[in-house]
Amino acid sequence: MRRILFLTRAEVLHVVRDRATLAQVVLLPLLQLLILANAATFEIRDTPAYVVDFDRTATSRGLVNRFAASGHFRVVGDSASMPLADEMLLRGRVTMVLTIPADFESSVVRTGQAPVQLVLNAEKGSAAGVVQSYATRILAAYSAERGAELRPTVRTRATPHEAIGVSMRSWYNPTLDYQHYMVPGLLVALVTMIATLLSAQNIAREKELGTLEQLNVTPLTRGQFITAKLLPFWVLGLADLGLGVAVGHAVFGVPVRGSLLLLFASAGIYLVVALAIGLWISTLVDTQQQAMFVTYFILVIYLLLSGLFTPVDSMARWVQIVSVLNPVRHFVTISRAVLVKGAGIAEIAGPLAILAGYAVVTLTAAIHQHSKRSA
Amino acid sequence: MTALWGLLRKETYHITRDRRTLAVILLIPVLQVIIFGYAIRTDVQDVRLAIVDPAPDAATLALRGRFAATPTFRIVAVVSRAAELDSLFQRGIAQEAIVFERAFAEHLGGAGAQLQVITDATEPNTGSLLQAYALTVIQGYERERQRSSPGVRIVPAVSMRFNPTRRSSNLFVPGLMAFVLTLISSLMTAISLTREKETGTMETLLVSPLRPWQIIVGKVAPYLAIGFISVVGVIVEARLVFGVPLRGSLLLLLAEGLLFILMSLALGILISARTASQRVAMLGAAVGTMLPTMLLSGFIFPLESMPAPLRAVSNVVPARWFVFVARSIMLKGVGLTYLWPQTLVLVAMAAALLALSVRAFHERLE
Repeated sequence: MRRILFLTRAEVLHVVRDRATLAQVVLLPLLQLLILANAATFEIRDTPAYVVDFDRTATSRGLVNRFAASGHFRVVGDSASMPLADEMLLRGRVTMVLTIPADFESSVVRTGQAPVQLVLNAEKGSAAGVVQSYATRILAAYSAERGAELRPTVRTRATPHEAIGVSMRSWYNPTLDYQHYMVPGLLVALVTMIATLLSAQNIAREKELGTLEQLNVTPLTRGQFITAKLLPFWVLGLADLGLGVAVGHAVFGVPVRGSLLLLFASAGIYLVVALAIGLWISTLVDTQQQAMFVTYFILVIYLLLSGLFTPVDSMARWVQIVSVLNPVRHFVTISRAVLVKGAGIAEIAGPLAILAGYAVVTLTAAIHQHSKRSA
Repeated sequence: MTALWGLLRKETYHITRDRRTLAVILLIPVLQVIIFGYAIRTDVQDVRLAIVDPAPDAATLALRGRFAATPTFRIVAVVSRAAELDSLFQRGIAQEAIVFERAFAEHLGGAGAQLQVITDATEPNTGSLLQAYALTVIQGYERERQRSSPGVRIVPAVSMRFNPTRRSSNLFVPGLMAFVLTLISSLMTAISLTREKETGTMETLLVSPLRPWQIIVGKVAPYLAIGFISVVGVIVEARLVFGVPLRGSLLLLLAEGLLFILMSLALGILISARTASQRVAMLGAAVGTMLPTMLLSGFIFPLESMPAPLRAVSNVVPARWFVFVARSIMLKGVGLTYLWPQTLVLVAMAAALLALSVRAFHERLE
């Protein structure tokens, strides 16, 4: 135990002494969090729209006003010219063109049915779908309103839009704030980068400097060596997570609905996996530079397939199955469930058990590999 | 000229000799197209739906049947109390829930029935889409029930221009080209030039009869070729595997690609002139070119969504302009009549960077 403490102290001194490492450990994660939380967003804000109104009546203007007032759309221009609208779409100035035909009002009054045309720039596939859903909702609300105005007599009988009163609830994120989704995921990315990169680099450095040989001839056992090496980074990872949660909560207003203790306990298990992967990488490489390259390569694939940026639910079926093998995915799930949804231990038992299994397997494999290499 | 030829041959030999690096350079784009095409998708399919039906009757069963019959939805749980929903959402078992009230059928025949649609809006866009999907099913049910009933309906005819199937791969491939080109042109050039410096062979090259411009051409030409091959590879792969269209002129796309490669190479030369070791060059190239290309070009994350300061910064990222141009050519099929402003920006950036890099290289000579 005393030996472990000595080596741990040496490690801590190394980290604190080297300003570059300290910056890498504290400043870089914070900077990444602040930039990424703002840059990595699929949020859809006031979509630029163009209106081609052939009708120019009170009814058509009412519809246009409804779009402008919805908060989802910004009407950047209107005319009665289709080619002009097309031009705007091709130039990328607008994302949606709303075309109202000439007999719009009279159709509404006479038959109760009127068509409009929505042309969307669907380059950004799913974003177009969301924009369309906003537009459809505005149209539905407007037609219900006009229906009530035009035929007040039939209100005693339920009109089609009142037959089923649908109320919509957006749970866990009622303000639809994208940062509430991204930040809990980004925290995982930061912790992973720190833990895996540092442990891979650190042991590779000992190799590079030749000091690993020296440690090998000391009475230190393999288990003690690895514990002493990984312990400081384990603590650092948890500290970084604490810092990240604090900043996420203070700056971005990310909710903390579940138990922080549960989050940190899960993080403790997850960090063992992340550190073990770093240790395993360090046994494969000879220099710090190689360690950095290999780590980045592995981490990028892990992070992209973790559901951090885009939901796992949207991935192709076979990718979803493969991603069960990805430890990052499970901790992303846990982080979001605990922070945003307020899940307790029963709700995250599944991913937590997988992580625990992973921790045992990766650590054993890494220690085994390490012993084989240095023996 | 024979001297330049010799340098070119040596450089090509260097590249083909290091098979591992060459494999990585050529494989990364191929792998990325696959990952982005299959994994990085934002479309919503196969929605896991929970039903809260405290007192099933004819109407709730009919509506439930409609949801079950819609391919978008899959009913994963039917419970009787709304209190059970929280756990279903927290476990990730359900993404959306339909909550019926008691005596739904009775109310439907009378004053009107109440229905609640609850979505897991942790990811806000998915939440909005799920609400719209559910609403469509409910409205379809209502229309069928009372076809003759009065009221106003405004029917939107929706057309999805440029990407009717709304596939994410169509969006990512043009951006991926910019990323691959930056990786190969900037990063590889910077590393290759600093390696000559680090190993001291740059001095040897400088005292040789080669003119400075010949050294630069000799060093970068092979990477230009590899970059070009990669781009063509990405286009072909995207077309064969994902059916990504190329609606505009291939010639224009390749020309714009060449322009972008030229600029990236200039950036690589500039980085190598300012740094002394491969490690710093690598870091500089990664932070200075790769990250902005990935984050601030609109490649993955739409620029419109970013706060104004980040959007302002994105204007100086060359990839932002190239991604827009490549996307417009491939998906919208437009030509220079529409794209001349962006092309002009690219030309200006390329010219400025080339001038800067040549000057930096000359300065180093003295």
